[in-house]
Amino acid sequence: MRLCYVHRVIEDDHPVSLLEVRGLAKSFGSAKALTGVDLDVRAGEVHCVLGQNGAGKSTLIKTLSGAHQPDAGEIRWNGESVTIADPVAALELGIATMYQELDVVDGLTIAENIFLGHELARGGVMNRREAAQRTRELMKRLGHPDLSPSREVGTLSPANQQLVSMARALSHDIKLMVMDEPSAVLDSGEVDNLFRVIKELTNQGIAVIYISHRLEEIDRIGDRISVLKDGASQASNLPVKGTSTRELISLMTGTDMEHAFPEHVPVPDDAPVVLEVEGLSLGKHFSDVSLSVRAGEIVGLAGLVGSGRSEILETIYGHRKATAGTVRVNGKELKPGAVTHAVGSQMGLSPEERKSQGLLLEEPIYRNATLSTFARFAKGWLLDEPAERRATEEQMKALELRPAEPDRITRTLSGGNQQKVMLARWLIHGTKVLLLDEPTRGVDVGARMEIYRLIRRLASEGTAILIVSSEIDEVLGLADRVNVIADGRVLDERPAHDIDEHGVLDLIMKGSAA
Amino acid sequence: MSEPTSSPATSADSTRASAVGKTNPMKQFFASPAGRSIGLVIALLLLVAVGAITAGENFMNIDNFFVIVRYASVIGVIAIGMTFVITAGGIDLSVGSVLGLASVVASVGAVQTAAEGFWPLMVFVSIAVGVLAGLTNGLIIAYGKVVAFIATLAMLVGARGLAELISGRSTQVVNNDGFLDFFRAELLGIDWVVWIFVLVSIAGWFLFNRTTFGRRTVAIGGNATAARLAGVNVKRHTVYLYMIAGACAGIAATMLLSRTTAGTSTHGQLLELDVIAAVVVGGTLLIGGRGTIGGTVLGVMLFAVLVNVFTQNNLSSSWQLVAKGVIIVVAVMLQQRLANREASSSG
Repeated sequence: MRLCYVHRVIEDDHPVSLLEVRGLAKSFGSAKALTGVDLDVRAGEVHCVLGQNGAGKSTLIKTLSGAHQPDAGEIRWNGESVTIADPVAALELGIATMYQELDVVDGLTIAENIFLGHELARGGVMNRREAAQRTRELMKRLGHPDLSPSREVGTLSPANQQLVSMARALSHDIKLMVMDEPSAVLDSGEVDNLFRVIKELTNQGIAVIYISHRLEEIDRIGDRISVLKDGASQASNLPVKGTSTRELISLMTGTDMEHAFPEHVPVPDDAPVVLEVEGLSLGKHFSDVSLSVRAGEIVGLAGLVGSGRSEILETIYGHRKATAGTVRVNGKELKPGAVTHAVGSQMGLSPEERKSQGLLLEEPIYRNATLSTFARFAKGWLLDEPAERRATEEQMKALELRPAEPDRITRTLSGGNQQKVMLARWLIHGTKVLLLDEPTRGVDVGARMEIYRLIRRLASEGTAILIVSSEIDEVLGLADRVNVIADGRVLDERPAHDIDEHGVLDLIMKGSAA
Repeated sequence: MSEPTSSPATSADSTRASAVGKTNPMKQFFASPAGRSIGLVIALLLLVAVGAITAGENFMNIDNFFVIVRYASVIGVIAIGMTFVITAGGIDLSVGSVLGLASVVASVGAVQTAAEGFWPLMVFVSIAVGVLAGLTNGLIIAYGKVVAFIATLAMLVGARGLAELISGRSTQVVNNDGFLDFFRAELLGIDWVVWIFVLVSIAGWFLFNRTTFGRRTVAIGGNATAARLAGVNVKRHTVYLYMIAGACAGIAATMLLSRTTAGTSTHGQLLELDVIAAVVVGGTLLIGGRGTIGGTVLGVMLFAVLVNVFTQNNLSSSWQLVAKGVIIVVAVMLQQRLANREASSSG
């Protein structure tokens, strides 16, 4: 068994790279986000950075853009060691970053957005004509001369908003453009235009760091590839030609992870179906999704970002109101769009964004753990806080959530412990159907194993579990059955041991192409 | 496999954590709700000292104390209701207008005639008007999905207009003796108006800190999405919150009716600003998620003493307003300073 990969750095005869990164490390508290990243980017190339969620891509980007300061390691720019103190310093060097979440201001026009922060002005008076003129030039360079500089950005499609973001970067004199999953918001025609624009940039000598989950795009656009896993470089500067997709997937996922998943417990044939979803649809997000989960079974939804997997969970739960289809729990139909009804029917959701959707961060642990049940503990209207604390303490012990202080403020917990608080909430509630959206996002490797064991234990106690994860190996490792999702449709449904990660990616790529 | 090693780790961790807590009792105290209020108590004592020095006997006597508390009572009752709304992340700008409307409706001829044999009817009518206005606010906010600021701003304007229409812009004198006698009477030497403030504060504290209703309020203000996904009926609760704010405005209207012996559409003008200022100075976060009834009472008292000190010294009411403005800014800045220190010490 290979536990780690041989560290490969392909040296080449180029005298000086535009950007050299050596041994970059960054921690947030006890969480190590980067533990040793190496990267060389040459002028005029498209350098792809691959890695699963949590591999450290975002932290790497933020370090390059000056949003984070590295703890260790060196960044060399044109051969000289540099410190990128803040985003302005990055721009001054010539590094522009396009984040996944578009940073445009909806209420301003295209021209105003592009020159935001460096307005063309004389004595405080904006030179609107020149701004419009330069905006037209930039949009032309980006292949969209049709977009008027005075158009309000809020009225544009995500693809065109992305162009505005790109034009803003180009309005500075840049040498390196970092793009974080730029294709995630685009359809295939728009991706073609994006690639055309990228080619244009590289022809002008601008380097591009391109981050994407979609391996097939890398074949089309990339020159070289670096792979990150768990915050460290798995391979740096591989040529795209001569590196197989299979090799890349292996580098991204590693092989040692498989052992982390607990033993599957076979679900008895007579286990009742607890959750039944039929023909569920939600506008343009997904349509005609049918699936079922039996007591004690873990069913996974495998799909890429934007495939509709989170929306499916949220619609089953009633957080979003289904446009068609039914959800049944133990044969009883749920009211669409009624979370209270779902919770009352013994269903629980651990949402994707734990902090913004799941927890009251400023409140003590016990109040989060009993957020669904405090009324049940209460005597009439009167809260019974000692009983809430006792129940929380009991779960904290069972979940090995340490230190066992139910009064601790939830914000101070690590990601893994916060996830355990979410699990504790539903354990206290006694859910029969548990929907888990990205249960290990932001959870470090050690705590992951614990969460996996807990999920498996819950199933063995008869809970029906539906799990979504962007890490396909996690879905395959945990689930008994897998539904492969792409573009809001279920492409395939089969036992998890019948398919591997390559198989899932194959299905998704074929499904998306179709 | 990890069982044998886990238990010593547990005890080690928890002793370490509690040891950290013990080394810093001051910090812990100031982070607690009582500790956060200590600044307010100090400010209040300082202000009392200023009053005693500048106005002497005129300030430091028991009658003046009741003048202050009586003044505080009307604002205080509304501020208790407002604390719930603001803690849940909302705002109610309409309380002053709703108070005016309730005072007018409760004192129109027909109601006063009907109340001749049974004066509490005026109180019921007044509270009912407040509850109805709150219900309207709540429904528009929760189900009409209009932001609270706009919805209650509309009510502020609309209720005032309605009060003018009903009263014909004239002052309606209260001549129901039962009603006036009740409020003129004292219990244990204390006005009923003050007793109402005390009772509403105690009820509010209890509801806020000891009931499921209070827990839902804090949860919604802390993270409405999380509360909703945990199964809390956020919309229904939102409606209840504005009904409470309205009811408090209705109660305050009867208190004002008895004190002024008149109902008029101009009652309660700009009162919402005094109320919100008292709540925020008291330590309730305007963004929601944290609130304190005790702090609100202290905030109300702080402004009431301030007004009294200025009046006793024959200073113009314009200077009062300037001082109020300064106090609001300083108090909120201090709170943020403390909150930040708390966050950085725990994170």
